[in-house]
Amino acid sequence: MHPAFSVIFLTTLIGAGQGLFLALFTSESYAAVGLLPKQSHTFYAVGAFLALLLLIAGLIASVFHLGRPERAWRAASQWRTSWLSREVIALPLVMGLVALYALIHLFEWNPMFLGYSFGDKVTLILGGVTSAAIFALFLCTGMIYAAIRFLKEWFSPLTIINFILLGGASGFVLATVYSSYYAPNLINFFGLWAIAITLIAWFSRSASLARNARIKSTSTIQTAIGVRHTQIQQKSMGMMGGSFNTREYFHGKTLFFLKSVKWIFIVLTFPVPILLLWTGMQIDQQPLLLTAFVLQYTGLLFERWLFFAQANHPQNIYYQTV
Amino acid sequence: MTQLALVIDLNVCVGCHACVTSCKEWNTSSEPGPLLDENPYGKDPTGTFFNRVQTYEIGEFPNTETLHFPKSCLHCEDPPCVPVCPTGASYKREKDGIVLVDYDKCIGCKYCTWACPYGAREIDEKQKVMKKCTLCVDRLYDEALPEAERKPACVLACPTSARIYGDVHDPESEVSTAIREEGGYQLMPEWGTKPSNHYLPRRKTRMHIHEDELVRADNPLKQEDIRHETSKEVTLDDWF
Repeated sequence: MHPAFSVIFLTTLIGAGQGLFLALFTSESYAAVGLLPKQSHTFYAVGAFLALLLLIAGLIASVFHLGRPERAWRAASQWRTSWLSREVIALPLVMGLVALYALIHLFEWNPMFLGYSFGDKVTLILGGVTSAAIFALFLCTGMIYAAIRFLKEWFSPLTIINFILLGGASGFVLATVYSSYYAPNLINFFGLWAIAITLIAWFSRSASLARNARIKSTSTIQTAIGVRHTQIQQKSMGMMGGSFNTREYFHGKTLFFLKSVKWIFIVLTFPVPILLLWTGMQIDQQPLLLTAFVLQYTGLLFERWLFFAQANHPQNIYYQTV
Repeated sequence: MTQLALVIDLNVCVGCHACVTSCKEWNTSSEPGPLLDENPYGKDPTGTFFNRVQTYEIGEFPNTETLHFPKSCLHCEDPPCVPVCPTGASYKREKDGIVLVDYDKCIGCKYCTWACPYGAREIDEKQKVMKKCTLCVDRLYDEALPEAERKPACVLACPTSARIYGDVHDPESEVSTAIREEGGYQLMPEWGTKPSNHYLPRRKTRMHIHEDELVRADNPLKQEDIRHETSKEVTLDDWF
């Protein structure tokens, strides 16, 4: 498929935003049972706003993917059948919940529900609900790709797992950077989680790369045109100047380019951030942590580009020669 | 239930592209506005088409065969492009099984094109909506047209009658008969999309001429003329 930058930015930005919120909520729930020092309300509020900003940035990026963004509201209507429609509902829901979580922390609200006060547990309950919504959003985003059975590179549970792990990894790395500014006593907590999630993501993304390398196309030129002969050659695709079919489904790059992108993303997303995080935590250097996030995010842009480019659509069989 | 569809006879398609041009002509002049043409007279012309004719070579020289292969939306009975549409713009008509796009609802997200294994949909880069073969739905029910012309433009244009149009759910229709008797098949059956459009395979056309057909053994002049011995010679009558 032809990788669209709007979707690359959408999925990586909201992934980082979702991951950041999950990181914040993890620390808050640890603190609630006394495993971590309690943080100020402002710490959670500002962190959640940061996550919200990433989600908004992702939403803005997604608008560029649409031909008719003014009709985007219609996209919420087919949630019964379309995972894209479900994502369109889940994303604003997550944004609203994250915003509410941030506001409650910021103003230290203690709303009453049916005459019952939750005390300081209100953000914990809301954070739990938000986390569930975030996982639902990850599921929707992943299923958009994993539900298309023709694109075998995507048609796998690994697609969803990778979206969760890669989004989680970048979010936890960002949380490490954030805590180094406002809550230094959480650096090790976030940093170790970030390293652990990045390691697991490394494993699962490698699994999907290995899977993609072995994929055998279900459709062949024989089934595509229905001729039973071993020697079939396309002589003309019916047009010379190209069409939507030749632009949307081909990445248009060489195999060497693809391989380079693969190694760039593997190096930038996994070992380099792990090394930088570890070193940054040991010698207490903020710039190293920040670099870890920037490099990992850049690596994720390469990763998402390859995710799209590797998917080989069966319609390409019909467009082998001008 | 009606399922309107095309049956394309690859045995008689000569690859003239008349279906392509007539399709473009009809659909670019129809109500939803023109189909985009970019650079039509320049280098690398491109644009939105609903139908294309491709060419394949089968076999190895000198035993080769040329196959012209018209390709358009197959109006699947189980269209994978429909459930993925987030807006409901992509739909399959209950009435006649035609898969259509509501151009007023489409947001141009292109998700349906990912979900179509045949690459049957093309975005209109100017109107920014997804377009595809409508089976000339604006001709089929138009009572202003003579009844014989209430058919898709490509079917009317085909000079070799390689395109047959009709209801594939009606077992007695011309299309169903052709599918049944001429070995009609579907494209990429492995995905279970159940395309309604079928293709008829290439068939070898051979002439079988028996000796009797060249020389009339039962020439009545020879048989009835009892005054003479029947001649083994070819008579003048055999040539007329």
